[in-house]
Amino acid sequence: MNLIELIELVNAKIVAGNPDHRIIEKAFCSDLMSDVLTIDTDQLLLITGMANVQTIRTAEMADIHAILLVRNKKASPDMIKLAKENNLVLFETSISMFHAAGKLYTAGLKPVY
Amino acid sequence: MMTLHFHIEGGNFTNAGFASSQVKKTLKQLNIDSGLIKKIVIALYEGEVNIVAHALKGEIVVEISPETITMILTDEGKGIDNIELAMKEGFSTASQKVREMGFGAGMGLPNIKKNVDQLFIESTVGVGTKLTMIKQLDHA
Ligand SMILES: Nc1ncnc2c1ncn2[C@@H]1O[C@H](COP(=O)(O)OP(=O)(O)OP(=O)(O)O)[C@@H](O)[C@H]1O
Ligand SMILES: [Mg+2]
Repeated sequence: MNLIELIELVNAKIVAGNPDHRIIEKAFCSDLMSDVLTIDTDQLLLITGMANVQTIRTAEMADIHAILLVRNKKASPDMIKLAKENNLVLFETSISMFHAAGKLYTAGLKPVY
Repeated sequence: MMTLHFHIEGGNFTNAGFASSQVKKTLKQLNIDSGLIKKIVIALYEGEVNIVAHALKGEIVVEISPETITMILTDEGKGIDNIELAMKEGFSTASQKVREMGFGAGMGLPNIKKNVDQLFIESTVGVGTKLTMIKQLDHA
């Protein structure tokens, strides 16, 4: 799925990065960074309610390039700065993790497991 | 041979991952395979976060040769009483503060083992812990 289309589907606001020409195939929902670090999947979207600098660091290490913050969690200026440095697309939505996952699953995103 | 050196401050989650990030940038510049880089930096990041989460302070020394990368993480802190138990998936003594940061699932050490070729852990309770991780670079 095209990342621009994905962002529209969950009514998200982009706070860092440029979604142009990016394709996402799978998504993983977790607030647990140690769990995210066990995944070896390309073109992955991370859906999370954990909004801190380590969320961005984890994505950097795991080669994840798109993060959706759900349920009105706001990215801090430090997170936005680090996301930009790592060429990562970071976006926020007011809907819940379950709601976002449901919409994206229905639209064709695949689970990791 | 290239050597990188970092100081790690226990309890400081704002800077956690800085060393791993620098190592990732260096490995990219050396044109190492991206799949291999990911395994190396995930192991290093887990180790770096463990120092921040469980120790008072530490040092990371990374030695890169054309054949291997050796990462030595030494810390001063409470140490690990039972290493075999600490290696079990799900075992964690992480504080509430660490859990609030998204860590403390007891998955770090097993994940390090999975991502490197060799892992050695030495620890003395009340003194500190030393992790040595080795990964071959010449067969991807
Ligand atoms: N450097 C260290 N100093 C002292 N204790 C440690 C250190 N590293 C690990 N431990 C101990 O080993 C346990 C297991 O570590 P592990 O990295 O597997 O899990 P965790 O750090 O608790 O959680 P996670 O890594 O999933 O975020 C820790 O909870 C802690 O008790
Ligand atoms: Mg850990």
